[in-house]
Amino acid sequence: MTDIQPAIRLTGLTKEFGAVTAVDHVDLEIAAGEFFSMLGPSGSGKTTVLRLIAGFEQPTGGTIELFGEDVTKRAPFDRDVNTVFQDYALFPHMTVLENVAYGLRVRGIGRRERLDRARAALASVRLEQMGDRKPSQLSGGQRQRVALARATVVQPKVLLLDEPLGALDLKLREQMQVELKQIQRDLGITFIFVTHDQEEALTLSDRIAVFNDGRIQQLGTPADLYETPGSRFVAGFVGTSNLFDDARSRELLGRPGEHSVRPEKLAVSAEREIGDGVQSAPGTVVEVIYLGSGIRIVVDLDAGLRVTALAQNDRRRRSPGERGDRVFVSWHDADVVALAPAPSGDEQADAAASVA
Amino acid sequence: MTSAHVESRPRRTTARAGSAFLSTHPRTRLALLLAAPLFWLVIVYIVALALLLVTAFWSVDSFTGVITTEFTLDNIIEVVTGSLYQTVTLRTVGVALAVTIIDVVLALPIAFFMAKVATPRMQRVLLIMVLTPLWASYLVKAYAWRSVLSQDGILEWLLAPFGGHTPGYGLPATIITLSYLWLPYVILPIYAGLERVPDSLLEASGDLGGKTWPTLRLIVFPLILPAIIAGTIFSFSLSLGDYITVNIVGGTNQMLGNLVYTNVGAANNLPLASAIALIPIVIIFGYLFLVRRTGALDNL
Repeated sequence: MTDIQPAIRLTGLTKEFGAVTAVDHVDLEIAAGEFFSMLGPSGSGKTTVLRLIAGFEQPTGGTIELFGEDVTKRAPFDRDVNTVFQDYALFPHMTVLENVAYGLRVRGIGRRERLDRARAALASVRLEQMGDRKPSQLSGGQRQRVALARATVVQPKVLLLDEPLGALDLKLREQMQVELKQIQRDLGITFIFVTHDQEEALTLSDRIAVFNDGRIQQLGTPADLYETPGSRFVAGFVGTSNLFDDARSRELLGRPGEHSVRPEKLAVSAEREIGDGVQSAPGTVVEVIYLGSGIRIVVDLDAGLRVTALAQNDRRRRSPGERGDRVFVSWHDADVVALAPAPSGDEQADAAASVA
Repeated sequence: MTSAHVESRPRRTTARAGSAFLSTHPRTRLALLLAAPLFWLVIVYIVALALLLVTAFWSVDSFTGVITTEFTLDNIIEVVTGSLYQTVTLRTVGVALAVTIIDVVLALPIAFFMAKVATPRMQRVLLIMVLTPLWASYLVKAYAWRSVLSQDGILEWLLAPFGGHTPGYGLPATIITLSYLWLPYVILPIYAGLERVPDSLLEASGDLGGKTWPTLRLIVFPLILPAIIAGTIFSFSLSLGDYITVNIVGGTNQMLGNLVYTNVGAANNLPLASAIALIPIVIIFGYLFLVRRTGALDNL
């Protein structure tokens, strides 16, 4: 990944809005052709990083390189990156075809060629029939695809997507996720995808940067982040976690420090499980929640910790138990993840580097 | 428990009974709501306008000065064919057009700055600055300009070192003063129109390679064109009907309003005055007819 030029290289990127530091010394390399997600809660700085890359904001400090070229001081129209906006930002007074052709029009490409290319781009998102309509006559999913066609028709080196699926309903969102992934594979360009939806990030991405407080908390593949979250924040934000603080860790896990175990790695049974590396603790069921494909069981351990276990609703048809049942919660030692203490600036950079 | 029970059954009062009656009789409710404004609109405005129209087809006995209510086209023919009326109409339309063009040219950058560049705080300050002149009397502002434009006024003093001179009183002074008077009416709709253009559209244009000028020409301008036209309707129609400013700073020049004024007053020829007053009304209706398809009328 490092022997070729990265598509995007951010060095010490910082953005302050008055007294607020939205982006705090972010260093990041994104490889060419990568589907990269920036994941974080609102206000974490992920969208600001995207807007800095696009050129809509000027950084307070640091540099942005695009394929080795410093574009920090360049205007948005001088950067080979294009954006799919959260609200799509389609031009309401133009037809769908004119919208898609706009980028070619302002580049001075002749009418015939630009309309041909715009039609081809519309066909690639399966909207060739919609060219004569106004954006207001399209559904949310169709507008989304027009925005995608408009941004890709000018053949950017990097496509920036700012929560593009946020306004769509669940079914459509899942369908668009598949399409996005496919389009990215077809185009072979770098996608930088901003989202607050951890599931979406896990589904789509080659790598994910988890943002909080203007910094990258952790950087890695979806599996890295999910299986070995580096901090309490990542463990809580990417998927759900059962957190063991220092005292509980000593008591239940027999080791110091903070730890996390994913709900699906916990098993609930009436009798104590015996096995190599298997640990268990007694407790009382406080809630059984039927989810369809799974069953979520909340157990108060006698050690004074509330944990959540996720059981598959598979063909074994185990009885999930009832409120008040006495049970044993068990886990395998290998599924216990040690968490780093809340990182400060330097440690966080080291952590990010080691994962990358 | 008992107190809650009592509270849940309110006492029957006259006001409550009235409210109950209104809430079950929507037509009565509507009638009460609209009676006063409809009276104003129908009686005071539309009837007055209709009377004006009717009066234009009457005539005045030149000897006794009594109005004859017999239908005649004489006034209309005179107004359409008389060279005085043609000249003054052209002059008035020319002034109104010049004022409108000047106001749009001035309003566009101010409105753009207010809507898209200024911080929210600056935006409020500018809005107040645009609105403040509207709270001052029309006459005070016109006389202020008379003093500014006079031969020993501040404009002469400012321009003299550079070899320039005040235009003095005349049509240019009228155009300058009217442009000043109506500028807020042009800024406000354009500002409102720009406010409605999401920033993301401008960013999208830049993102797709549109530099400043293509963005303004292809995105901003088409989107705010209805708002611009809404502003021009104000400056154009207000200028067409004005006769005070031209009296104060226009020297000996007359506009249509002056002809109406002298015919109502000195000449005591109300039918002819009505016929003259129809000219700006016809022009404005013609303009509204032309621009109605742009959606400008939704922006008033």
